[in-house]
Amino acid sequence: MGNGKTAARLIEVGITINGVEHRAPVEARELLVHFTRSRAGLTGTHVGCDTSNCGACTVLLNGEAVKSCTILAVQVDGQAITTVEGLAADDGSFSPVQEGFRQEHGLQCGYCTPGMLMAATGLLTTNPDPSRDEIREALEGNICRCTGYQMIVNSVRWAAEHPVTVTTKGSPS
Amino acid sequence: MIPASFDYLKVESSAEAIAALTEYGDDAKLLAGGHSLIPLMKLRFATPEVLIDLGGITDLSYVRDHGDHLAIGALTRHCDVQASPELAAGCPIVSHVAGTVGDPQVRHRGTIGGSLAHGDPASDLPAVMLALGATLVASGPSGTREIPAVDFFCGFLETALAADELLTEIRVPRHTTGWSYQKFNRRAQDWAIVGVAAVTGDRTGVSLVNMGPAPMRAEATEAALATGADAATAAAAAAEGTEPSSDQHGTADYRRHLARVLTKRALVEAGLR
Amino acid sequence: MSLVGARVIRKEDPNLITGRGVFVDDLDLPGTVFATFVRSTEAHAEITSIDTADAKAAPGVLGVYTFDDFAELARVPGLPPELAPLHRPVLANGTVKFVGEPVAVVVATDRYKAADAAELVAVDYSPLPVLASIDASLAAMADPDGPRIHPLLQTNALPILPAPEAPSEEFVNAPRHASLRIKNNRCSAVAIETFAVVADWRPEGLVVWASYQAPHHLRNQLCGFFGIDASECRVIVPDVGGGFGSKINFYVELFLAPELSRRLRRPVKFALTRSEAMVHMHHGRAQINEVEVGFDDEGIVHALRVHTMQDIGGWPDHTGLGLGVLTSAMAGGCYRIPSVQAWLTDVITNTTPIAAYRGAGRPEAAFLIERTMDLVADETGIDPAEVRRRNFIQPDQFPWVTPANPDLAVYDSGDYPAGLAELLRILDYDALLALQATRNADESQPLMGIGLSCWTEIAGFGPPGSLEGFGHVGSWESANLRIQPDGSVLVSVGLAPHGQGTYTTMAQIAADELGIDIDRIVVRSSDTETVQQGIGTMGSRGVAVCGEAVRNAAIEVRRRAAAIAAHQLEANPDDLEVVDGEFRVKGTSTKSTPWRDVALASYQNLQLPEGTDAGTLDHTVFQTVPNFSFPSGAYGCVIGIDRETGAPSIERYVCVDDCGTVINPLLAEGQVHGGVSQGIAQALFEEVTYDENGQPTATTLVDYLVPSAADLPDFEMGRVVTLTPVNSLGAKGIGESGAVGAPPAVVNAVVDALSAFGVRHLDMPVTPEKIWNAMSAQGTGV
Repeated sequence: MGNGKTAARLIEVGITINGVEHRAPVEARELLVHFTRSRAGLTGTHVGCDTSNCGACTVLLNGEAVKSCTILAVQVDGQAITTVEGLAADDGSFSPVQEGFRQEHGLQCGYCTPGMLMAATGLLTTNPDPSRDEIREALEGNICRCTGYQMIVNSVRWAAEHPVTVTTKGSPS
Repeated sequence: MIPASFDYLKVESSAEAIAALTEYGDDAKLLAGGHSLIPLMKLRFATPEVLIDLGGITDLSYVRDHGDHLAIGALTRHCDVQASPELAAGCPIVSHVAGTVGDPQVRHRGTIGGSLAHGDPASDLPAVMLALGATLVASGPSGTREIPAVDFFCGFLETALAADELLTEIRVPRHTTGWSYQKFNRRAQDWAIVGVAAVTGDRTGVSLVNMGPAPMRAEATEAALATGADAATAAAAAAEGTEPSSDQHGTADYRRHLARVLTKRALVEAGLR
Repeated sequence: MSLVGARVIRKEDPNLITGRGVFVDDLDLPGTVFATFVRSTEAHAEITSIDTADAKAAPGVLGVYTFDDFAELARVPGLPPELAPLHRPVLANGTVKFVGEPVAVVVATDRYKAADAAELVAVDYSPLPVLASIDASLAAMADPDGPRIHPLLQTNALPILPAPEAPSEEFVNAPRHASLRIKNNRCSAVAIETFAVVADWRPEGLVVWASYQAPHHLRNQLCGFFGIDASECRVIVPDVGGGFGSKINFYVELFLAPELSRRLRRPVKFALTRSEAMVHMHHGRAQINEVEVGFDDEGIVHALRVHTMQDIGGWPDHTGLGLGVLTSAMAGGCYRIPSVQAWLTDVITNTTPIAAYRGAGRPEAAFLIERTMDLVADETGIDPAEVRRRNFIQPDQFPWVTPANPDLAVYDSGDYPAGLAELLRILDYDALLALQATRNADESQPLMGIGLSCWTEIAGFGPPGSLEGFGHVGSWESANLRIQPDGSVLVSVGLAPHGQGTYTTMAQIAADELGIDIDRIVVRSSDTETVQQGIGTMGSRGVAVCGEAVRNAAIEVRRRAAAIAAHQLEANPDDLEVVDGEFRVKGTSTKSTPWRDVALASYQNLQLPEGTDAGTLDHTVFQTVPNFSFPSGAYGCVIGIDRETGAPSIERYVCVDDCGTVINPLLAEGQVHGGVSQGIAQALFEEVTYDENGQPTATTLVDYLVPSAADLPDFEMGRVVTLTPVNSLGAKGIGESGAVGAPPAVVNAVVDALSAFGVRHLDMPVTPEKIWNAMSAQGTGV
């Protein structure tokens, strides 16, 4: 079985992502991150490592940040997750966390950003006014190579200080 | 990155889990939070034939205060252990240490039972269980048995659990007197290079993280404390009987040094409470 | 309001913060198959057999290939003809030179099946002697019959810059001498997105999507490799999750993906896992610098001698060959050292190749000279800040022709004394020194160290010939600026940004010159079919070279637009100004015509002045710069050290940067934060390690310690501005500055903290254990 010689049994799973159910027959070993990216076509959640360190794959499961590369799709059959594509409002307005990252330059290449946004969103749900140290601790499972983190912390603080936001189109802030 | 193939079943109760373990034996591994097992499988260091997913079991996630001890369901997640008001009041070292495991995402999935059953000497909670003299409750086809922590951790990734047994509950004594957990690492999300768990007062226990193939007690330190030695003297013996490895995170010599330093700090901090 | 210099939030962000960015592995063209490598588990060996039968029979496998299947393909391009033995085959041909070297390729319908099949390929090796370090490789050279990693080359050591015949007079006559042997640790860029490529070779041509920093360069090389025309090959670089130099290299899959697509007649994707990337993507740094300094009792440095040994790995990369040239050129740092003799030996080892990593040779230079200045301070008892002040090149001494390499490095401008003064002001240096005395005398408090790094670096690549030396077609950068019929603007730049915010900074520059609202300006790049020939993003050149190109293109377009407006207004073009989006006769508010009308008219022959063609508001500049630019800075680190465990903890980190004109202070600061973080990570956390058998021992992010937010401090920022004369913007660029300047401040701080223990030097990464060893051994531990 563990040698790839026998065709693996497929298991029908249904996972609700951003309010929409996605069903597919999957191998038990299929990672949630791959299900999200390939079956649901939601490629905003990224893969950055293979040892559960980098957090680029972070999604919210029941509102809590988890690493979707370390979860099998079958484990969350029948459950609901939120990905970065589900953060903005229906009319496209950015969530406070998204707007905060935009206002405070919390991203450069943008690859770690979905994971950061989800981890930060999870943090603010339970701790709406975190200190800078608390933000850093809450993001210790997310690695960024571009920003040096300070502006990410600024971005989360912006979100904490602006819990309701409306998208503004236009550049000088 | 991609695990090898395996067969999979999801169980809804401990009894089903035990039945599955009985059927598959060594071919099977239990899947709780998956944050010890799935990383190993992704690197293909572990290639079980069958995974038994405990995620459907709903009655093994709890913290109950029974007066002289608190009972924690094996499937209680680290974040819930960390947030438990019963543990904060009744055995705060446990809730504190649960909050040092990995990072927030790991704590939202990993379980105390999964961590203990994995038996990694680098994990935080096993050392705490040893220091507290906790009892681990296992269920198998012939019923349940209580395994003292000191008998639970047998070797590297090896516990006293039989192939057909499921860890169902962890019983920690009420301990509201002195305690300390010293975790030394270079990055916040890392495993401890060396860690020390110490409890004093109602009960004295000192245990070490990553000082040997299995989670272990600092026996020489405990013996010295039993004869009335002070923190510095007792800590000086912390590395005796240990077998730390040398790897890129630290040489054996440095680990022994850290064990002594961290033990002293742990005892001092525990004594201050 | 001028947008150049303004804090403008980025145009790039909306796609990325909504998860709508498109990175190479997001692409899912119909019929795409997935390719993965089987890699060498030996550092140096002959391949005695490869058994692919089981893999070929595995479910979903389309093919399993070894070198023999590609024997007629060319070698990986880049190296000069005289280094023919080092021209790398696309798959290992009979021998392997480093652990992780691709030996076979498996192509399957998806990555899961590819991973399974790859495990079924059985490779047998007959080991050869392993030379896994510079020292081992050079030691083998002492024996004429000793192992040579590339026997046809007959050497493991390439004397790129030959040693001088003798020490200089200045060195010999200097009253005092000291020496230092520095190991600059091997690092990995660890862009969070690993390298990935998709190739689709259809009958009319080849399309390649790659996570890459130089699309036109790649297109040109692919055409040369496959013998097709440039117009038959399109390279598209979508969003890129970080590069840091690690995505300029010619990874073999860039050539294998197209070939496999051609054979299989479907798109082929390679996407590395992190473990694969850690051995496959080229590493950075990995130098040894043997430094000798001649100085006097006043702390004046008379002469510097530096022998740099650059580890170039088992299959040397053309960029890697030249890194040490930049190190050598910049070895004198900010100081007017009369004699700098710097020479370079490139050393082949059985390890992953080395190439550019943020700073690319200059962090190594800053590190060696800044450690040396602290050494001089230590030897003379003079305060490290004072030693620097006494040796600085003065503001009126530019352009400064470096003794080390007068042809390559002529510093444009700088005010190093001002940078240091500002740093010391922010630090409150005297108060820190007093605090340090108290802390270090009190056993109950952590030790405290203060470290300075006064650095400059060579950036803004570069003058004609500079990038040609690294294989690029030119050193210029291109920008096309086009006014659309509706008055909006499209700017196409030859850069290939991957986080720098290029689409925002270039738009700021264009907006200022044109007088058009920045929201109507779109900047694009990274598609060889729609963007004119470009060079790419590397070497901190985006603003310094391409910013100038955009500015000049905008100036020309505006001049032509003014002529059209003048025609509409029956005025003299010289009398016009642009205000609120309109061309206006100066001094009036009624004689005006909006940009929109001018734009439309520019496409309408009946509206244009005599002699002006339709489509005139479209101009391309291939911008050359006369010289590199030389950003500089003064960084300071305050570090605490746990006396019992040796654990270092950064208490303060201050960065004063001089990048000349700042286009966008928000983005400029972000670049410094990022570069400094990588520099601190090199100094305290990261090292790609190998055992003596050439087995890599840091192949995951568990062992290669990239720090998180919880491991780094907030940074305090300051600024000095000296304009560069190499472009009209006065902008030097800042992309690599942080990585160049940061490590010395950290290590100088640690050594300073341990001065009571007689510690002279510690090599990076400065781990708690190294510090503890140094404290225990009273200065003999490194």
